[in-house]
Amino acid sequence: MTTTAPRRTLAWAAPVLAALIALPFVVPPYQTVLLTYGLVFAIAALGFNLLLGYTGLLSFGHSAYFGMGAYAVAFIVKYAKLESMEAFLLGGVLASGAVAAVFGVLCVRYTKIFFGILTLALSQVLWSLAFKFFWVTGGSDGLRVPTPTLLGGAVRAGSDKFEFLSHRYYFYVLAVFVVAVALMWVIVHSPFGKALQAIRDNETRAEFVGVQVRHYRWVAFLISGMFTGLAGALWVPLNGLTTPDILHWTFSGKIVFFTVLGGFQTFFGPIVGAVIFNYLETYAVGHTVYWQMVLGIVLVALVLVLPAGIVGTVRRLLARPVRAV
Amino acid sequence: MDILVVHLLNALLYASVMFLIAGGLSLIYGVMRIVNLAHGNLYAFGAYVTAWAVGRALGTATEASLWLYAILPVGAVAAALLGALLEPTLLRPLYRRAEEYQLLITFGLLLILEDVMRLLWGPYPLQASALYEALGSFTIGESIYPSYNLVVIMVGGAAAAGLWAFVYRTQFGVVLRATSQNMRMASALGVNVNRVYVRAFTLGCFMAGLAGAVIVPQQGAVLGMGVDALILAFVVVVIGGLGSLEGALIGALMVGLVREAGITLFPEIELAVLYLMAAIVLLIRPAGILGRA
Amino acid sequence: MDLLRTSQLCKSFGDTHAVDHVDFAVAAGEVLALIGSNGAGKTTLINVISGLIRPDSGRVDFQGTDITGASVHHKIALGIARSFQLVNLFDQLSVRDNVTLAIFSREGRTRRLFSLADADSAVRDEGAVVLKEFGLEARGSALAGGLSQGERKLLDVAVAYALRPRLLFLDEPTSGVSTREKAPIMDIITQVVRSGGITAVIVEHDMDVVFTYCPRIVAMHQGAILADGTPEQIRNNAQVTANMLGTTG
Repeated sequence: MTTTAPRRTLAWAAPVLAALIALPFVVPPYQTVLLTYGLVFAIAALGFNLLLGYTGLLSFGHSAYFGMGAYAVAFIVKYAKLESMEAFLLGGVLASGAVAAVFGVLCVRYTKIFFGILTLALSQVLWSLAFKFFWVTGGSDGLRVPTPTLLGGAVRAGSDKFEFLSHRYYFYVLAVFVVAVALMWVIVHSPFGKALQAIRDNETRAEFVGVQVRHYRWVAFLISGMFTGLAGALWVPLNGLTTPDILHWTFSGKIVFFTVLGGFQTFFGPIVGAVIFNYLETYAVGHTVYWQMVLGIVLVALVLVLPAGIVGTVRRLLARPVRAV
Repeated sequence: MDILVVHLLNALLYASVMFLIAGGLSLIYGVMRIVNLAHGNLYAFGAYVTAWAVGRALGTATEASLWLYAILPVGAVAAALLGALLEPTLLRPLYRRAEEYQLLITFGLLLILEDVMRLLWGPYPLQASALYEALGSFTIGESIYPSYNLVVIMVGGAAAAGLWAFVYRTQFGVVLRATSQNMRMASALGVNVNRVYVRAFTLGCFMAGLAGAVIVPQQGAVLGMGVDALILAFVVVVIGGLGSLEGALIGALMVGLVREAGITLFPEIELAVLYLMAAIVLLIRPAGILGRA
Repeated sequence: MDLLRTSQLCKSFGDTHAVDHVDFAVAAGEVLALIGSNGAGKTTLINVISGLIRPDSGRVDFQGTDITGASVHHKIALGIARSFQLVNLFDQLSVRDNVTLAIFSREGRTRRLFSLADADSAVRDEGAVVLKEFGLEARGSALAGGLSQGERKLLDVAVAYALRPRLLFLDEPTSGVSTREKAPIMDIITQVVRSGGITAVIVEHDMDVVFTYCPRIVAMHQGAILADGTPEQIRNNAQVTANMLGTTG
């Protein structure tokens, strides 16, 4: 994993952040909401890549955590009658964390293909449960979620929902996004993060350096699930509705896709990939119903031609010698 | 008593199909050490092609004449051809790379195939039930049982026997086993590994396609059947061990029996029982009952 | 009391008795060589003692305590470390990170998620010292995967050394390295081992290296210990020379 010095990262991150803050005042509300979706998926990608890029585990079942986060929000609305975004976030993270903890115990005993299929199978079990227990989950109709109140009720939606989403909710998501990015950045650069990368590179040696591989993988799985669950919780108010679709393996496939698109061997790659994918999906989905085929073809092309993804390839093109700092 | 026989036959039916799919997966892994995530979609592809071919051949006729059964294998052949095309183009470039890429590319293939089937045959299920009904049924005690199911079971049994003979009794089988045990050595002894690989892959795809072809008269071809089959095939190889044909057979039989028992006794949670079984096996014996890790 | 003692240790793979009733003892502070032709069981013995594989029977005692069934993690905590014959490094991490990871792990700091690894100056400084001892300080920022074979072999040992073990197993530390580079590598290793007071068991094939650097030599053959003594004694042992050395001297 090539890493850049914090100072260098901040050098370009600061202007980007400034642009993101200025955005709602410059572009039409629709664009802001669109980017909000992108930021949400970016958080999911960030969580996913902790497992793939940093721990070497390719999960095909991350829809389970995104969906769990989303449904947790829906349940909080339905059963606890709460509408606080903070409650949503807490519930989403806890619910997805609980599921990740349980699934993780089973999955991290294995690597590579068995790990992948196990994650896929477990997420499909959740998906089928969403249909089976339709009286709880709303079945294929799903559950509606109203606009939440932010900051403990201090900020309310008012009559114009769209205006709320494209301004106050956008800033809220942006703030959570920045915190999530910062948090993940620290985690992957921490001694724990180094241990994960060691496990990725050489699991035997990691064991022989005293790192208990299975346990660390489990923790990574847990954190990954919680980040993705956080994204799910942020997504629901935007969407207004949660359905079993986001628990289906095709959604997991999208997460895999945009992470690889951006470049899973870099920290920011998945973020870029998620945002770009969001635009691609929004603008292309009206053009063809064979959306899966397009994804598949691009994924195949990426693997054969551009395995470093967008960000990875751009880095190489900028001709920096590969150097760890 | 006759109910028991019916259940047993149902279990064998399921086992036959699962053996073909999982056996193909295991064969490919055993020889080439790769896992094709799109393997289930080759099963689906075989089902679709056969259903389509039968539909075309049948035209507007409502009854199937016996020669229509000769068309059944066309799905298997189509899947095999597809496999023969895919291995050298998409998989061979990745043998030297990290396994993630293999998973990613076959996942991409899975997505492509799903939509190719939607593109070619539309979003609605395709049937070939004429073939299923034409054979009628026979009585077991007080129950009646569809005769076609016996055909499937026989195909499964024949495939198991044929595969065994192929792997253990033919020249190519020797080459196959040698390559799977030690690819470098086989290559050093003059074996054309590339050719072995493409043939093994084609054979594996043929088996998956055959499974689809043979079951489609009974259950039709529907989008999404590929991924479901993939997951179940993995349950089978988890139990029986990845890379072992005998394991695939045992695993398929066990899955068939447990599923039949599950459906009869706990119809609500049939799928969960299978996953539970796989989970238990995974927890106790990671390599499966007969497999090599 | 011996630092390490094995009693009737056995490990078979099918019909092959890789380790056949081995009684092997190492005293604290010793530097000994483990020699034997290919297949003699040297690496298997190390694998069993270090915990990579479980023995079929027999016992391993470390500082008087039975560690036969102990986990790898426990053995490392007790102070047993090893390097690998086929280099085992974290190729996508920097040379520095490879070493500091061992230090973080030793100190129990790999649990820390919310502090930056690079900010830990104590660990960083110790890592720098280790790299210097191994002559790798110039390559600190390079990725481990990009090093030359000799550098990789040294790093492999450095990572094990950074665990500050009491007992260090070195599995063919100079294999795959050109003859020119062998002596410098062994010089570094023996220097580091001696100044750290580390007990070392070195598996080696190069007899020049063995006779030069190791005051005690244990010879294995077909899973059993054939001879155990000083270089002189081993040189004069007819069985050993017949089995391994080919010619005398």
